[in-house]
Amino acid sequence: MGIDLKELLERFGRGDRSALSRVITLVENRSSLAPEILDALYTKTGRAYRIGITGPPGAGKSTLVSGLVQVLRSKNKLVGVIAVDPTSPFTGGALLGDRIRMQEIGLNEGVFVRSMATRGSLGGLAEAATDVADIMDAFGKDFVVTETVGVGQCELDVAEACYTTVVVIVPESGDSIQAMKAGLMEIADIIVINKSDREGADNIARQTRAMLELRGERNGWMPPVIPTIASQSKGLDDLYEMIDKHRQFLEASGLLAKHRRTNIERTIRALVESEIYRTIWNESTMHHLEKLVDEVMAGRISPRRASRQLLERLQEDGE
Amino acid sequence: MERKIRVLVAKPGLDGHDRGAKVVASALRDAGMEVIYTGLHQTPEVIVEAAVQEDVDVIGLSILSGAHMALFPRILELLRERGADDKLVVAGGIIPKDDIEELKRMGISEIFGPGTPTSQIVDYIKREVEARRA
Ligand SMILES: Nc1nc2c(ncn2[C@@H]2O[C@H](COP(=O)(O)OP(=O)(O)O)[C@@H](O)[C@H]2O)c(=O)[nH]1
Ligand SMILES: [Mg+2]
Repeated sequence: MGIDLKELLERFGRGDRSALSRVITLVENRSSLAPEILDALYTKTGRAYRIGITGPPGAGKSTLVSGLVQVLRSKNKLVGVIAVDPTSPFTGGALLGDRIRMQEIGLNEGVFVRSMATRGSLGGLAEAATDVADIMDAFGKDFVVTETVGVGQCELDVAEACYTTVVVIVPESGDSIQAMKAGLMEIADIIVINKSDREGADNIARQTRAMLELRGERNGWMPPVIPTIASQSKGLDDLYEMIDKHRQFLEASGLLAKHRRTNIERTIRALVESEIYRTIWNESTMHHLEKLVDEVMAGRISPRRASRQLLERLQEDGE
Repeated sequence: MERKIRVLVAKPGLDGHDRGAKVVASALRDAGMEVIYTGLHQTPEVIVEAAVQEDVDVIGLSILSGAHMALFPRILELLRERGADDKLVVAGGIIPKDDIEELKRMGISEIFGPGTPTSQIVDYIKREVEARRA
């Protein structure tokens, strides 16, 4: 395809939103240009503060993101939003409906919203979402807010790669217990009880606080519980203030730098591992593997011995 | 790697329900596409901005209100202004025959009347996007 990368990156540098959008597509599709793009942009990253918003479907995450973004805009901050929804494992398609609840920020100059499908790649979601966040960061965003549905490990990984992770639950019987079971409480820096206009909100807030107290502080931070009514824009200033407080805590304690270090290490590891994986399983090893499977099937060697033979062969190849 | 077809399904205008748009959105999803659905009452400006931010291959417009001759040309104009007129634009809804001709001249690629089987829409989009990518 005839893409002039230099021209594209130039437009990106000038703040052209179409260029930002196209760059995201190329990287999300793992185009052959993606490595070059990410290398070129990486030196411009590191400024944006990354917030993850996660929780069960229908909890009001998108509505909350829209409200939070408006608070950020009122402070003149530039914001990127990544809204992740699941790809259907059966059809490979996805319905990305988060924009329905983000109408109010649809035409805001300082806001860029991108919907992303999980695309079912093993563990690849966290990488892809981090890449998109890096791109928005390089574009000059002060904040990148990522919304994921709080089910499944991949989605939790995405939320955890953010600096402040906000878990959203609603006053429904058992919601806090469900969230606990799903591992959501483990990753929460802040817990939002949204739809606090509904009955039982006080109750669930109390329950959740009790649960958190039982568990105690995590790295010196006790996750606060904040009631909101996202659909009426209530509680959003409190939420922003708490995010800011958490940020200050992370900065003062050195945990932010540590967090970034962990993310960078994870990224390098993932890149090395996928490269090793790709080089190991080449045609010749696959061929050798087939022959070893025959040997095992015939009962001549064990799978373990077969694996050792394959590894020895790889070592010889490497020398 | 296989490139997913991304489609923005939008409802410009003030008419009240989006059953038809949702049926089409689901059919496109079931056909393996990534469908960004934006909900009711969208202005041309919002639709075009969303299409740019989402970098979609296709924009599907659904309309019942009769305001298509005001809204569609404006959307096409905005797309041109943003340099995004390479996107495939299709429409569905109740649109009189004379208007269909004119809208096609302006740059709407295809218009699907009420009751068009969704499979026909899916096939059309797949064929056109493939042709454009080639
Ligand atoms: N009663 C009530 N409804 C809300 C509140 N926040 C969001 N909603 C509604 O909950 C539904 C799901 O919201 P959405 O933001 O799409 O949830 P998501 O799936 O978590 O992103 C929508 O109909 C919202 O209008 C709230 O604070 N109170
Ligand atoms: Mg949502």
